[in-house]
Amino acid sequence: MESNVSMYRTMCLIRHYEDRMAEIYTEGKSPLFSIAAGPVPGEMHLAAGQEPVAVGVITHLRPDDAVTAPHRPHHFAIAKGVDLRRMTAEIFGRSTGLSQGKGGHMHLFDPSVHFSCSGIVGAGFPPAVGAALAFQRKGSGGVAVAFAGEGAANQGTFHESLNLAALWKAPVIFVIEDNHYAISVPKAQSTAVADNSDRARSYGIPGVSLAGNDVLAISEAAAEAIARAREGQGPTLLEIETTRFYGHFQGDAEAYLGANEKAQWRQHDPIIHFRDYLLAHHMLSLEDDAAIQEEVATVVEDAIAYARQSPEPLPADALTDVFAEI
Amino acid sequence: MSTITARKLTMARAISEAIGQEMARDPRVLVWGEDVGVYGGIFGATQGLYQQFGGDRIMDTPISESAFIGAAIGASAEGLRPVVELMFVDFFGVAMDQIYNHLAKNHYMSGGSVRHPMVLMTAIGGGYSDAAQHSQTLYSLFAHVPGLKVVVPSNAYDAKGLMISAIRDDNPVMYFFHKGLLGLGWMPSDDWAEVHVPEESYEIPFGQAHVVANGTDLSIITIGAMVPKAMKARDLLQRDGIAVEVIDLRTLVPLDKTTLLDTVKKTHRALIVDEDYRSFGMSGEIAAILAEEALDYLEAPVRRLALPDIPIPYSRVLEHAAIPSVEAIAHAAHAMME
Repeated sequence: MESNVSMYRTMCLIRHYEDRMAEIYTEGKSPLFSIAAGPVPGEMHLAAGQEPVAVGVITHLRPDDAVTAPHRPHHFAIAKGVDLRRMTAEIFGRSTGLSQGKGGHMHLFDPSVHFSCSGIVGAGFPPAVGAALAFQRKGSGGVAVAFAGEGAANQGTFHESLNLAALWKAPVIFVIEDNHYAISVPKAQSTAVADNSDRARSYGIPGVSLAGNDVLAISEAAAEAIARAREGQGPTLLEIETTRFYGHFQGDAEAYLGANEKAQWRQHDPIIHFRDYLLAHHMLSLEDDAAIQEEVATVVEDAIAYARQSPEPLPADALTDVFAEI
Repeated sequence: MSTITARKLTMARAISEAIGQEMARDPRVLVWGEDVGVYGGIFGATQGLYQQFGGDRIMDTPISESAFIGAAIGASAEGLRPVVELMFVDFFGVAMDQIYNHLAKNHYMSGGSVRHPMVLMTAIGGGYSDAAQHSQTLYSLFAHVPGLKVVVPSNAYDAKGLMISAIRDDNPVMYFFHKGLLGLGWMPSDDWAEVHVPEESYEIPFGQAHVVANGTDLSIITIGAMVPKAMKARDLLQRDGIAVEVIDLRTLVPLDKTTLLDTVKKTHRALIVDEDYRSFGMSGEIAAILAEEALDYLEAPVRRLALPDIPIPYSRVLEHAAIPSVEAIAHAAHAMME
């Protein structure tokens, strides 16, 4: 586990990254959210506001532990230690990207840190169970964590995977990131129970719900779940309430939100909250904070510059990598 | 004189022997699926393996196809080499997202950095009145999606060698065995598929069609259970002085275009026989390749004999009318010679 200041720094890095992506995404777009223009191709799902979930859980993971993430993946990828330059180049669709421009922002793969994500809701649960099975067989003490939104908890894959993982006592942690809305549909209209953690009982595994978007509380609960998995006691389900500071995707008019809903979320910014905690407990000074902000800005700008300067792939490269050569 | 003693195996035995030999050779190989354990697989493809390797490596799963096929995706990315069975190809609808959006695409979407060395095996085919939800062939559906290799053995010898190649391949392989070739006691099976199978391990490379029988007048291009039917039709046609060449494709992906083109250059007539649905599938694909690359060699239009575009009916009479029969193949070939 990282120190509190280190977790804070990762949260700031994620926030700065997402805020910069939001700016860059609109560059050269006319109309403003034209999906086919600008330096970043395709859709963009940003995770500002959701930093505590990624950082509070992944702080307990080793590089050889696996993470599967959903379509909104940047915070998880950054927390897992995916190379920021290659990740950014991938998001820009460049030849130096993680997948040489074949994957993009919803399909980031970095086997060196056992990170993958998918654009299909709920698709990451089964592969996480399988990765956990592989770790169990190796006896490496490795664990897998499947992150997904609260909308994904109504997918068959969620229920099938919880049952299978419980049967296999697989070292896997299911983390539901409840940001209140599945695109536009509020949780109360999609989910028959208030807390998805209640569903853990159906599969005979522990389930914990956490409100407050508080990285320390998340870290504490995750530590217990991950330790449990490493010790061979099987899976845990965590549901973590969080807030999405941007729309479902960049260009989402968010007409489904209440009048002050977004403003209230922003008022309870988990990074400000954590910073104030660290200041009050003398773990961080204002000077430290300024240095962190400057440092993460440098890291992000370096990654963006790397991506911008990287060449586009060659058209003929579209035809490679369908099959692995032995 | 050959001194080899024939060791005839059913296709089901040949498949389970191949898996067992690979499991003995490579501890990363394990099997999971529905009823693959004590039962030995509903179609016998894992018979004896539970007794040999135990429940740790031959794992019965719940009826949760998305979860256990998806688990193989994660497990294969982390170093295991799973062989996963899902009983009937007709059942794949419930797990297609894991297959066509993830298993097939992850290698490409990762720029080649992620590999999924796994085999997904299933039973195909009709002929025993199991009707529309248990008799389909559907291999074309999987061949259509880039990133999956597609294997369809027609006999026990090929079944073993192709399975060993499938397990050793670093790509996802869809392995389709036809129920009517397996040699099961409770299901009609074509004796043609029960052939000599060497005990030692051997590979049959993908993308190499087999010229099962030579001929000069017409080529029947086919795969799976239609291969023995084509051979029987060949016997009938021979009596009428028509010399038929029979090509067993063995794998749809990769497809052996060279053998296809060579046979047509030799016989100048091609009849494609397919148990899958007629439209937008294997038979159309082969016909398109011949039209694109061998049109000048053809002395008659390419003909296709496949399942008409109907769900597979239940009644014996109706099903027999729907699935290409020996007589229908012979009739179609005859018509092409007139």
